[in-house]
Amino acid sequence: MIARLLAAGLVAGVVAGLAVAALQHVTTTPLILAAEVYEAAQHARDAAEQSAPAFEGLRRTAATSVATVAVCIGYALILLAGMLASGDAIGPRRAALWGACAFAATGLATSLGLAPQLPGAAETDLVGRQLWWFATAVSTASGLYALLRGDSVVARALGVAMLVAPHFFWPTPAAPESTVPAELAARFAAASLAVQATCWVLAGALAGLVWRLSSRDETEAA
Amino acid sequence: MTTNTAAVRSLATSRAEVLKAAFVAFVLGVGLVYGAGFANSQSVHDAAHDSRHALSFPCH
Repeated sequence: MIARLLAAGLVAGVVAGLAVAALQHVTTTPLILAAEVYEAAQHARDAAEQSAPAFEGLRRTAATSVATVAVCIGYALILLAGMLASGDAIGPRRAALWGACAFAATGLATSLGLAPQLPGAAETDLVGRQLWWFATAVSTASGLYALLRGDSVVARALGVAMLVAPHFFWPTPAAPESTVPAELAARFAAASLAVQATCWVLAGALAGLVWRLSSRDETEAA
Repeated sequence: MTTNTAAVRSLATSRAEVLKAAFVAFVLGVGLVYGAGFANSQSVHDAAHDSRHALSFPCH
């Protein structure tokens, strides 16, 4: 059981991750590289920090792709775990819907308080933002589950409260002193959300598909 | 009766088995997302940098 589950998550995550990495290469990465030109110019003027990126060229693309594949495997495993724990029949369509709900939790809800940012954008304390991001994702996901699956009015009301609660605690926005042009930042915020949605839905759909195919094999073998 | 009890037991075991597998997958999944999206180590940050931005994890 565990082996089949991990294998399904791995296969789905690798395939989805490579597809999303290709999508990043033509959508978000060019915007990041463009933003770094502005950031480097600012640093050169301030003559303070080192601004050269640690990875460049092909190595940078490879490192980015590996990280994206890791995230997609993680997403596929989380979705499979959720569907198994809630007793859902696992198939590509249902898993894609789970992925869409997960995107609402980690993408849409979190972007209200923390818009996706380009390098060079003004920043506040990182740990505080990471904590809020994580708490919001967990609260929204639990809230959506209670709202969509709850049997009682109380469960649904609790679900709505969990959806809304994180937004009373938004991280303090940074002073608007970004080196990045607003046009680039706006395009990046939109592209980033689209990439993240693709990541969740594709990882989910493929995980559901691989799980269904592998359970068919198992039934035939038995 | 005996068959029923056995069936119930096997169902219960398989539910426990399912939950155990789901837990392992969940922990591994969260671990991977944490490593790629949140870990504060400089080298991990540098390698995952563009992905963190592209998947809207808080970065920097």
